[in-house]
Amino acid sequence: MPVLPDQITLEIVTPERLLFSGAVDEVSVPGVEGYLGILPGHAPLLSELKIGEVMYRQEDTRTYLFCSWGFLEVLPDRVSVLAEIAERAEDIDVTRAQAARERAEKRLKSKDPETDFQRARTALERALARLQVASKASPRGLAAGEG
Amino acid sequence: MANLRDVRRRIRSVRNIQKTTRAMKFVSASKLKRAQDRVVAARPYANRMLAVLNSLISRVENRDHALLQRRGSGQILLVIITGDKGLCGAFNSNIIKAATVFLNQKAGAELSLAAVGRKGYDFFKRRPYEIRAQYINIMGKLAYEEAKRIADFLIQQYSALALDEVYIVYNEFKSVIQQRVTVERLLPIGEIEGLREQVAPRLDYIYEQEPQTIFSHLLPRHVDVQVYRAMLESAASEHGARMTAMDAATTNAKDMIERLTLNMNRIRQASITKEIIEIVSGANALAGK
Repeated sequence: MPVLPDQITLEIVTPERLLFSGAVDEVSVPGVEGYLGILPGHAPLLSELKIGEVMYRQEDTRTYLFCSWGFLEVLPDRVSVLAEIAERAEDIDVTRAQAARERAEKRLKSKDPETDFQRARTALERALARLQVASKASPRGLAAGEG
Repeated sequence: MANLRDVRRRIRSVRNIQKTTRAMKFVSASKLKRAQDRVVAARPYANRMLAVLNSLISRVENRDHALLQRRGSGQILLVIITGDKGLCGAFNSNIIKAATVFLNQKAGAELSLAAVGRKGYDFFKRRPYEIRAQYINIMGKLAYEEAKRIADFLIQQYSALALDEVYIVYNEFKSVIQQRVTVERLLPIGEIEGLREQVAPRLDYIYEQEPQTIFSHLLPRHVDVQVYRAMLESAASEHGARMTAMDAATTNAKDMIERLTLNMNRIRQASITKEIIEIVSGANALAGK
């Protein structure tokens, strides 16, 4: 029986750029059927991703990212997360997400038959996920500011 | 013979133009660098996507997805990617020329256009083609979202049977001084090309969903990526073309300044010589008395 590797190579790619590439100990992604945790030595897997939170762990540091639609490919030697939108927790614009959330909530409450509820719901989901991920931003950014 | 003052004025104005073209050249050079970086940065996503599509396509039995179906060529839409600005050599006119040739070839079909970039729109709005969509001033800061918006529109029109085929014409970036006008079919999606040989070790994935479902969700994204790539290529080409054109303009201005300076000196010398002759002959006339 082959020995399981200690770490996996993770790539997080968006259409615009390569967001992260490196060795990690654990990855968790929002699969359409629910969150998936990937550890080194996982069998090849393909899944679509929905709006949610991507987390990867390097030893004891966990890094969180927001991701909108995308897909996950697990290969024997690496894991690729291809996300249409992905943002690091530190990079999320909280005020904008909050505004988007209020807007979406107002639209969902309105009685106007013209409202595109599906779209409003997606927008709300997206805003909530952004806010949730942003709240987990590592304090690294702040520490650097103080230094 | 031209007036000395006129020539001086002319030299000054050419020098000002030269300053502008030189500045534009440097601006384009730095924009080109950024545009090239973006083309490179967009590659990993596009490549992985193709690889996944390739491995899925062999696994999916039911391939009659709407975006793959061929249903003749009665209604054709051409997406024309040009720049928003001129001063970039033949960049825009090459595209317009290629688009015109294409439209003439397909003259039998019901033709319509989607213009990305002001130059193409300005040209074709005066022509008898229906422009179904125009996207002006998006080439500057080129976000994936914009490409997606365009692709979504195309897919929606295509799915609503308002279109049978969609083509795209754009400048492919070959090198700083070379662009290649390319016409490609976007819809229906033909061969999903590239990387086929790299997928050789076929993997037996665990599928979280039906391969069919993933496949049908991926296809529209493939179109997004194609549009995005074409836009990136075009943006890089535009900056390259502008840089070359402005470099040539700067050199030409330099030549012109040299010629005009020479001319100016001749005029100056001629007038000095004339004055000396006048003085000398005047003195001679006085001495003769």
